[in-house]
Amino acid sequence: MKQYLYYPGCSLEKTNFSFDHSSREVAKGLGFELKEIEDWNCCGSTSYMAVRELRSFAISARNLAIAEKMGPGDLITVCTACYTVLAKTHNYLKENKDLREKVNHALAAADMKYSGNVKVRHLLDVIVNDVGLEAVKGKVKKPLEGLKVACYYGCQLSRPHGTFDDPEFPVTMDHLATALGATPVDFPLKAKCCGGMMMTTVADVGLKLTKDLLYCAKEAGADLVITCCPLCQVNLESYQGKIKKTFGTDPALPAIYFTQLMGVALGLPEKNLGLGSELVDPRPTLAKYLGNGGGR
Amino acid sequence: MADATTPRSMEELHKIFLEDVYKIPEGENIKQCIQCGTCSGSCPTSYAMDFTPREIIAAFRAGMLERVLKSNTVWMCASCYYCTVRCPAGIKLTDIMYELKRLGIEYGLYAKGVTAPVLSKTFVKMVDKYGRSPELELLSRYMLATNPLGMVEMAPMGAKLFFKGRLGIFPKSIKGKSQLSKILKMALAETEKAVEAKPESHKEGGH
Repeated sequence: MKQYLYYPGCSLEKTNFSFDHSSREVAKGLGFELKEIEDWNCCGSTSYMAVRELRSFAISARNLAIAEKMGPGDLITVCTACYTVLAKTHNYLKENKDLREKVNHALAAADMKYSGNVKVRHLLDVIVNDVGLEAVKGKVKKPLEGLKVACYYGCQLSRPHGTFDDPEFPVTMDHLATALGATPVDFPLKAKCCGGMMMTTVADVGLKLTKDLLYCAKEAGADLVITCCPLCQVNLESYQGKIKKTFGTDPALPAIYFTQLMGVALGLPEKNLGLGSELVDPRPTLAKYLGNGGGR
Repeated sequence: MADATTPRSMEELHKIFLEDVYKIPEGENIKQCIQCGTCSGSCPTSYAMDFTPREIIAAFRAGMLERVLKSNTVWMCASCYYCTVRCPAGIKLTDIMYELKRLGIEYGLYAKGVTAPVLSKTFVKMVDKYGRSPELELLSRYMLATNPLGMVEMAPMGAKLFFKGRLGIFPKSIKGKSQLSKILKMALAETEKAVEAKPESHKEGGH
């Protein structure tokens, strides 16, 4: 069984456990393994970088050093913020010799080093480009025919690096949804920002951005939003009540992870996909595709 | 402000800012800004900003760094990287916003009522302590410091998440905490060494 190294990230431990569980389950279903790297630490996210520069690269690099030692194998993340931070650390250390030396000096204090040999990738990239859409199609047990999906990429999957998808108009998740038998709707805001942490720090701005996304998806006729970012998922589903109160219309749109939708189409056990942990229950929408227990 | 380290003149801060920006890969591209405004037009939050991203560069060039730091702009950047991928001059404006955030926090130069620095600083403390981000403790500390009444408003959502099994009550630590501390300590020493070697260079905050 092909093996990849796996970095889940802090938010997947509890708040977004469904993303972690469904990712591992889908990997198994597609015939590869996600091997969690040992004793990983927080990547630093967007906040550590806002306070300290060198130290943020150093803590992020500790994860790359662990992965390098456990390798070979690409390091797979599913949280797009972790993906961008870890990839950025790898790239900047490669490009800036001074930074590389300083970070390695810091790592040496804990008998660690990073030589720059880890490829940081997102799970979506692995599924679409390593496994391939034809192979995914071949494994679909319950084609999601008639299901209209808005594929929401958010920011940090394809920006700034744009490694496997377009920074302006990403399409991989749409292609994946099609392979699962679903119909991706035309969703022009698919790569616009949901506000990220601003939902907490500047609530009115965060709320407006998320409202725009949900209203746009709704108008496009989506039954469901799928996403590849834990913070986006939380923002999309948690504030729908507040959006209704502030802007008048209840979006009433479930938002789940692309891996959960894959799990449903591949006929994987529902209980391993974390379905039902959402604040806007997607199971009524998915009921006709779920094997049992759905639609309650 | 309590965060301020050594007071410095604005001229000195101006210099520190540029030195740090030039260290970003392709950082010198900032000199090529032609004020086209692609960044501002692409920014999802520019409508709520004191200075748009384009104006940030213009204001900096006009010697208004203090006003830049104290504008709400720096903390309105959600790090979506649209400006960075679209800038025709290849300016990594998102990284520049990070540098402005760091300077603001280090020297206590940010607008009154802006709460994002509190969140960032709390985040750093939590990660230093546990090695991971304990989401509940982080948000609770942030809310207590900035808007204690807001906790009441957040409570129903917190309760829902709790019953869905999505709220970690107890923070989880990594095993290699002492290892992480050693790395952090050495990284801090590296930063300070750079300051000693170049007395006018930027010192990374030790708080």
